[in-house]
Amino acid sequence: MSGENAGNEFFRLTVNGIDHDVRDAWVGESLLYVLRERLGLPGTKGACEQGECGSCTVLMDGEAVCACLVMAASAVDSEIVTVEGLSTDGEPTDVQNTFVAAGGVQCGFCTPGLIVAVHHLLDRTPNPTDLEIREAISGNICRCTGYGRIFEAVRLARDARLAGG
Amino acid sequence: MSTSTTTRRRGVLGTSALRPDGLPKVQGRFAFSSDAWADNMLWGATLRSPHPHARIVSIDTSGALAINGVSAVITADDVPGQLTYGLISNDQPVFARDVVRFAGEPVAAVAADHPETARRALAAITVVYEVLPALTRAEEALDTGTTPIHPDGNVIRRQRIVRGDQSFAGDVVVEGTYDIGMQDQAFLGLEAALALPDDDGSGVELFVATQWLHEDQKQIAACLGLPLDKVRLTLGGVGGAFGGREDISLQVHCCLLALATGRPIKMQYGREESFFGHIHRHPATIWMRHHADRDGTLRRVEARVLMDGGAYASTSSAVLINAVTHVQGPYRCENATVDGYAVRTNNPPCGAMRGFGVVQACFAHESQMDKLAAACGLDPVTIRLKNAMRTGDRLITGQVVESVAPVERCIRETAALPLPPELSEHPDALQLPGGSGRTARRNNVTRGIGWGVSIKNLMYSEGFDDYATARCRLANGVATLQFATAEVGQGFVVLAQQIARSVLGVDTVLLEPISTAIGSAGSTSASRQTWMSGGAVDGACRLVRERLFEQVAREHHIDPLRLTIDGIDVIDSAGDLRVSVEDASRGLVIDETFEHHHRATEELDENGQGNCHVAFAFVAHRAVVDVDTELGLVKVVQIATAQDVGRVLNPLAALGQVEGGIAQGLGLAVMEEIVLVDGKMRNPSFTDYLLPTALDAPEVVVSMIEEPEPQAPLGAKGIGEPPCISVTPAIVAAIRAATGKDLARVPVRPQDIVFG
Ligand code: FES
Ligand code: FES
Repeated sequence: MSGENAGNEFFRLTVNGIDHDVRDAWVGESLLYVLRERLGLPGTKGACEQGECGSCTVLMDGEAVCACLVMAASAVDSEIVTVEGLSTDGEPTDVQNTFVAAGGVQCGFCTPGLIVAVHHLLDRTPNPTDLEIREAISGNICRCTGYGRIFEAVRLARDARLAGG
Repeated sequence: MSTSTTTRRRGVLGTSALRPDGLPKVQGRFAFSSDAWADNMLWGATLRSPHPHARIVSIDTSGALAINGVSAVITADDVPGQLTYGLISNDQPVFARDVVRFAGEPVAAVAADHPETARRALAAITVVYEVLPALTRAEEALDTGTTPIHPDGNVIRRQRIVRGDQSFAGDVVVEGTYDIGMQDQAFLGLEAALALPDDDGSGVELFVATQWLHEDQKQIAACLGLPLDKVRLTLGGVGGAFGGREDISLQVHCCLLALATGRPIKMQYGREESFFGHIHRHPATIWMRHHADRDGTLRRVEARVLMDGGAYASTSSAVLINAVTHVQGPYRCENATVDGYAVRTNNPPCGAMRGFGVVQACFAHESQMDKLAAACGLDPVTIRLKNAMRTGDRLITGQVVESVAPVERCIRETAALPLPPELSEHPDALQLPGGSGRTARRNNVTRGIGWGVSIKNLMYSEGFDDYATARCRLANGVATLQFATAEVGQGFVVLAQQIARSVLGVDTVLLEPISTAIGSAGSTSASRQTWMSGGAVDGACRLVRERLFEQVAREHHIDPLRLTIDGIDVIDSAGDLRVSVEDASRGLVIDETFEHHHRATEELDENGQGNCHVAFAFVAHRAVVDVDTELGLVKVVQIATAQDVGRVLNPLAALGQVEGGIAQGLGLAVMEEIVLVDGKMRNPSFTDYLLPTALDAPEVVVSMIEEPEPQAPLGAKGIGEPPCISVTPAIVAAIRAATGKDLARVPVRPQDIVFG
């Protein structure tokens, strides 16, 4: 780390229920950068670093945010959940399963952000209409699928939850 | 022992087998090239020209080298091998030396301990430029009085097509000039690579997201001045490609920095740099004149195609050939006069993007077919049915269409798909053009319906032998496949497993890393991998199966020709023998490699005649749009499509290709364009370059037309490109129907609708 960039302070982030010490970070580093490059959590992706694509969606105190727009040092008092932390036992979540089963994954680069966004949607709105589904994920750009199979994945997860599955 | 028969058909060809990389991708465990990481690695970054055309007077790197944490700064002087690269001609410098030819051209690169340090190092490099006038209009590049901006000249390629009666004049004649804007592939996974230098500095290993490992290897090795085997490539996870990863971007820079520093180098572009770092879809201006009999029978096509290749050749010459050889569309036509040019300008370089030249031609020929229909008093469907191409017809190149050609069926099946309900009197704001901005008023919304039909060549053309290699190993009932086929998201990994399961009767199919450790698979482009790499995997598996049968036959003293696979067993078709593949292969290792080559093609002669293409696929699209005619806002309501796919090998994956391609064609129709002013991009970001979102996605209704293609190893045609080709003109035709406007350019902008 070069002298001018080094931060003398360290801070602590709570990610997926675990406290991580962040040392020597440059103060301008985004939460996205720190998660990926310092904490060994590369599941969260970056594709625009401008808040436009949603690839970097994580939960901060239960809210879906773009990790590229959050300064890491400002997230010290928050509970952060990334795609890696949606399940604790390593088993895929219902949404993760329906994305695979419905064909919602092609290159998969948009996928982690979408998975987080869909969890956020279904946790708050258990029975979203098709339009509500579209609106909820309209901040997550997917270049491969044209969204059809992604809608289907969300509907499958919604219906399974409603059926008590 | 054999497993239960109820599961034996799982995951074979024809089923919606699930992709093996699906779970890792949804759990965030899949390693994209941007996730690669090594101990002690440095970050590479690229300095780019701010000018579209300038002479480099001097470069001073001392300021950058003085920064704490900077390990290397390299320029053209540090390139040990060939100074230029390129897919077809080596005309693009690794780093500009004397002159820069587009805004964004690499001039230097640095390696530093942090991306921020690298950024500061770039800012500390002083380049003195003498700005030159920029050649930014393609038409001007054709002018013989224009000074060449490159030693290879300003015309990258000219190709004429002359066929039939050159003075034929039809009873009905329509003409028009059409413009197609510059589209970006906008794959989500940005360019990224990790280069690891060998300990003795004699070679390098590169993890990279690309479409064709072996082509990259060849170009990188030449620039590094190293033998091929000293440059080893492994595919890093690829976040989409769509043609934008065919050319070299950061590969050579990354390897050079690794060799210069002796340390691992990671490079990754941000979104803005990605717009500068890869090629785009060619903007084109296409003039066409169609001649027909009064009854609408197409008799002659005249066309002039001008494509702006930007500063370097990339694949421009092949894109041009695709455009000029597809101007007739999927229609019979015996007379043609076509002139095509791909030219060099100081605009950003253009090359491959899904549809490869045919997208541009299709927008023009389908706009013309609608004009012709109107002039003949026919509806858009009737005129297309009347002229629909069939197997055995001759193209304007003289080539006979030997492929299955169900054009008529594509149109009829599309027409039979249900139309969407009318827009309700009190729609949700999200259903209106313009969406939740709530700007559109229901009373100003008009609905329109439009058509587009297309023909697309499959595989590489003009004598190119783009073969594919695959290896299969069978041991103890488990098959292991190896190939260098770039998995960019399309799902070849699951298709390969399906093929092995079907041919060999195995359940478990393991995949080796995708790398240059095996022979080339050709590029993941031109809708070719299902046919080519699919053919190679199929061939390798069949060789293994033959040897397995020989072994079983020897043991049981029967003729191997009597043996066949039934589910997961080897059975004797003329006796009672049934032994599971697992048992039959116990203790054996059967290992075979197969190369699949398509049939030979030839170059076009000076009149554009010759069998230059391998095969063709067809598709029809019907678009329904709602337009707010006062504000010029468009909502694409529904796309209906029937696509000629040969055979559906994986219904879920096929549907995903169709829906995804349609979204990209929609983007070109109404949203996506790189805006250039004096050679400089004005919108290199996702804030200003608009991509279709979940709210823009239309309902898609699909009919897959399965007429197995005899030439194709699995009966299946490539399905990647056709979905994005004729959907664009279909949408524009629907907007014309709703507005009565001419709309001769894409993307259609609000001002074109309101003031056009
Ligand atoms: S990377 Fe954060 S929104 Fe695109
Ligand atoms: S699957 Fe590739 S961007 Fe969504």
